[in-house]
Parts: sequence; C-alpha cells; structure tokens
Amino acid sequence: MSETATARRAALDAGAPMVELRGISRRFEKKLDFAGRIAQRLGAPVREETVHAVDNVDLTIRKGEVVGLVGESGCGKSTLGRMVAGILPPSDGTILRDGIDVLSLSAAEAREINLRTQMIFQDPYASLNPRMRVADIVGEAPLVHGLVTRAGYDAYVDEQMRRAGLDPAFKRRYPHQFSGGQRQRIGIARALAVKPDFIVCDEAVAALDVSIQAQILNLFMRLRTELDLTYLFISHDLGVVEHLSDRVVIMYLGRVVEEAPAETVFARPNHPYTQSLLASVPRIESRKRAFSVVKGEIPSPLNPPSGCHFHPRCPHAMERCKLEKPVLKEVAPGQRSACHLNDAA
Amino acid sequence: MAAPTLEVRNLRTHFFTRAGVVKAVDDVSFTVERGKVLGLVGESGSGKSVTGFSIIGLVDPPGRVVGGQILFQGRDLARISEEEMRDLRGNRIAMIFQDPMMTLNPVLRVDTQMIETVLAHKKVSAEEARQRARDTLGMVGIPSPDERLKSYPHQFSGGMRQRVAIAIALLHEPDLIIADEPTTALDVTIQGQILAEVQKLAATTGTSLIWITHDLSVVAGLADDIAVMYAGRIVEKGDVSAVLDAPLHPYTSGLIGSVPSRNKRGEPLRQIPGMTPSLLNLPPGCAFRSRCPRAAEACLAEPEIRELLPGRQVRCFHPLSETSEQAA
Repeated sequence: MSETATARRAALDAGAPMVELRGISRRFEKKLDFAGRIAQRLGAPVREETVHAVDNVDLTIRKGEVVGLVGESGCGKSTLGRMVAGILPPSDGTILRDGIDVLSLSAAEAREINLRTQMIFQDPYASLNPRMRVADIVGEAPLVHGLVTRAGYDAYVDEQMRRAGLDPAFKRRYPHQFSGGQRQRIGIARALAVKPDFIVCDEAVAALDVSIQAQILNLFMRLRTELDLTYLFISHDLGVVEHLSDRVVIMYLGRVVEEAPAETVFARPNHPYTQSLLASVPRIESRKRAFSVVKGEIPSPLNPPSGCHFHPRCPHAMERCKLEKPVLKEVAPGQRSACHLNDAA
Repeated sequence: MAAPTLEVRNLRTHFFTRAGVVKAVDDVSFTVERGKVLGLVGESGSGKSVTGFSIIGLVDPPGRVVGGQILFQGRDLARISEEEMRDLRGNRIAMIFQDPMMTLNPVLRVDTQMIETVLAHKKVSAEEARQRARDTLGMVGIPSPDERLKSYPHQFSGGMRQRVAIAIALLHEPDLIIADEPTTALDVTIQGQILAEVQKLAATTGTSLIWITHDLSVVAGLADDIAVMYAGRIVEKGDVSAVLDAPLHPYTSGLIGSVPSRNKRGEPLRQIPGMTPSLLNLPPGCAFRSRCPRAAEACLAEPEIRELLPGRQVRCFHPLSETSEQAA
C-alpha cells in the first residue's frame, strides 16, 4: 500500500469529507494579440479580458451524498465540475480529496487518486470515441490501470455493461449503432469500470427524451445504492436536481449564492435568485398559470455587475448590494445564503 | 361558436427515402379554436415538428403531404397553390423555430429584416413599416427598440434573439402561430419571461397557438388543449388538466410518470421500458405495443382513435379507465 493510500485511510477514518474545495477560483484570460498590444502601447483603452468563471467557491461533499449543482448558462457550474473531477486545474484554491491536498501530489499519486473520481458528460455523441468498439471504450481504462488482467477482461467488460443496462452481446459494436440513451449507458459503464467512489455528472440527462431520461435517472439511483457512490450532479433542470439530490448548491455568475438540503431549498429558498429561479420553473402539477417573470438577462461574465452579481435583476436590491459583495452565511441549520437582506432582518 | 381557426383532418405526411417510406405523420386530426393554445407533445421522432411544417407548407422533399385536409379558416391548405400559400405564410400563419437563427438572417440588420417582412404583405410606407417593427419589438419586451432595430442578430443574446423572432412572427397579427420548441434552448428565467409574453399576447390578440414541445411541464402551464403524439400518430388528446390528471393512454401515463416532480422525490421514476421504434419499419398494430404494460392480443390490430369520454379521445384498446368497454 502506498503512502497516499495510508494517509487517505487515516483521513477517512477521521471523518474527512470525500471532496472539499477551499476558495477555488478559475479565471480564463484572453491574451491580447499583436495588434492589440501595439494599440495598448499607443494608449488605446484595450486590455486583456478575464472571465471569472468560478470565483472563490467553498464546497464540501460528504461520503454517500448526492449534491446537486444548479445554475443557468455561464454560471460556472461545468467549470467547477471539471475542477472537481481533476481535468481542469484551478487558478486559486485547494482541493482536498479524502482529506489530501490533490494539487500538492506528485503526478503518479494524483493519477491514483483522480482515478477514483469519474465524470459523465452531457453529450453522449461527443464523449465517446466513434472509432472504438464498446468493449474497448469500457475496458481500456481498467486494463491500463491494472484493475483487470487480460484473462479476466471479457468477463469484466460484460459485467460492466450488464450493470449499466446494456446487453453484452453488443460489445463488438461501435457507438453510432446505439441510440442516445444507450450511449449514455456506455458512458456510465465506462466511468464505473475503473471502480470510482465519486461521480461528477455534467448535465448527464439533458440531451435525452423524457422517457429515456427517467430510465437513466433510475439507473443513477440504483447504482448509488449498489456501489455506494457519491455524486456531484450538475444540471440546469431543477426538477431533476430536486428528484435526485440530498443537498443543492445554487450558482450565479461564478459564485455560490445558496446552499442547503434539497427539501429546504425547495420549501424555503432564501436568496432572491433562488426564489426567482424556482418561480420560473414550469411544473407539471401547475395548470394554466401566469408565468412569473424575473426581469432582465443574465449579465456577461466578462463584465459582471459590482457588489452582489444579482442586484440589477433583484426585486429587493438596495444601495449596499451595488457596493458590497455579500458573503455566504448560515441563515438556518444547514442552509447558507449570500444575501445582504439576511443582515437587515 | 365561431368556426375554428384551424382544423386538421386525417393529415398524412410521408417521407419517401431510399430506405423506404417513413410515415412521419400518419392520420393526425385536431382542431384549434380561436385564441386557444394547443400543446402538441411528443418525444424525438414522434412527428410533432413535421405536423407543424405540414400546416405551414414547409415540408421539404423527399417529404410530402400525401393525404388529409388542413382547413385554415375553411380553406384547405393542402390544396392551394404555392402562390396562395406564400400569401398566407408570415401573414396569417407564422412560425417560430427552436433556433431563432432559422428566422433571422445573420448578415442583415434587424430593421431591414422586419421592414421587409411588413412590406411583403402590406402596402405601407417604409416609415410606417419601421414604426410597426418598433412597436412589435416593444411588445415582446425588448428594451429601447429604436436602438435595437439597428443591431445585427449576433449582437443579441439567445433570449433576445428569440424575442426578435417572435416579434417577426407577430408583425402581421397572424391568426395562427406555430411554435416549434421555442424555449427549449433557453435558460429557465428567460423561458419564464418568454412564456409570460406569449401568454399575454394570446390572451389579448385572439391569436391561436400550436405549441410544439417535448416538455409536459411547459404545456401544463400554457396550453388549453393537449395532443400527445407517438410514432407519427396522435395517441391521446383532450383538455390539458383532464389529460394530465387522468391520462387514458398508457404512453401518456408513462410520459407523465417519467417527469421528476415534487411528490415523487427520491422514489424511482415510473419509467417506460425500451425506446421509440424506428418509423421506417413500424410493426403492424399499435406502435406502442412493445413498450406497453397493457399490451395484449388485440393490440396486433391497429387501434382507431375514439372518443372515450366527452372531449377526450384516445387511440388504445385498453385505456386506463374503468369504463365497461375495457372488459370487452
């Protein structure tokens, strides 16, 4: 057993969360091109553009939990998911996995620990190599990482496919021979084949038809109990998140605005953005109703509003909201919200 | 009651492909009353969009309307000339697409496109046309319409672009608007804004609306009537509340069960097994047979759509109701 594995076991025994993000930020910078640099030198008001995709986010995911990460386009939820999954390095901050700082590890140690986090993507058409047979898509990684021997390979792939609800008889086929829902199952089988204990799902059911979406959601829930998995479930669909999650995190323009147990968020949303988001969601239980309206559009993350990012659209905005960035504070047990209104009360 | 805006009778649209005939729309009938909203619901490949395209006469080869009547204010659109159709299209009947860039030309300013649309059907001065364009942009909730008229489509956000497309559809105050998944690609808060605008417009202008979508939740809040399509056929239709509260067709029921909702939190969803069959070689009989929990010998024959309850039609031998017919 390697040193990290020992350290990890010790940390887990001490009750360390599965994943802990501390002050994670990610910036994307657009460097000036040659003409831009000359223009700048000549005094033109051009400067490098920076998008704060994720801005100082703290997030804790405990073992066995399903955390739903919700937000609209451009809020940084996918970027955050990619950093958690270890495929995108953060610009700032610390990521602790089982209590160990992932970013301080050597490449070999990081690979070992990153293997235990797998990701399932939105587009089952783009995330599978069209030139590989299903058996290779599912079986390549466990073979490379030594989780299975050549001798046990076939049986192993069969088992992985069966678990994801695919008939192993189709393992010689290519991805294009499958429907969207089946491809998503291939993606799931591939992710689970390396025996992860933590799965990041980035809009994993968004591209599917309703009846197929239900099948995949049921599969996620079954696998959770069977394999004792922990999920970070990223979605813009509040209905799906409500259905699946234990805890919900809501992001707006790179920042977490609210975080609470799922029941609490949907019953007593605290942040005005959460409230308007919930009011905008069409629900099948409602009939012929007036759709409520949040005014305005999502601002560009290139040039976000000052203070609280939501203030130009917020019905309760005050002077303070334009100047001061609200911090995430506990407003009820387990519920944290970043809004100045909570101070006034 | 006045004559309905649109009455579709036994519409059939087939695609004659090299691999065979695809019956994308097969024996579809429905009625849209003046000022009412019909939600046309189905999954990918159910024929809901092709139904919309057939009404407005935009089915491309190898597709063709091969049978049935499309009675728009009493005139059969399936039989009028292309010239007459062009006179109606964009004028009395308009369409909104999922992708607003289907409507908008990326290299023309919005004012050019809108004025052109006004002048295509109305003999007014360019200034009056601009006036009309500006008023319509204001109506769909675009701030400072005067400035925005001078912008190009790429200078708008996705939600704003869709509003422009809706404004163009509204320019001639059409009697019927066919909306094909217009809010599917938008964020929830923006979708909420657009749905609110559309609701207001339908109520104030008396325009009838066909809202094509896969999202039952949107239809629940917006539509008066609902028609559920499966494999090119309408399997159930009726009043929205009635259908969603007590579906008669097993497919409708499965679809409703598949939607995650508040009272089903954490429980497994009632899923429909299997997947939609290929339209290329549909087996004879009920197309839903292979996925249906109530399928029996009788389903090998093709069920006709019938009125089971007042105002409720269903295409099934074993509908989910406790009527005496079920035993038969």
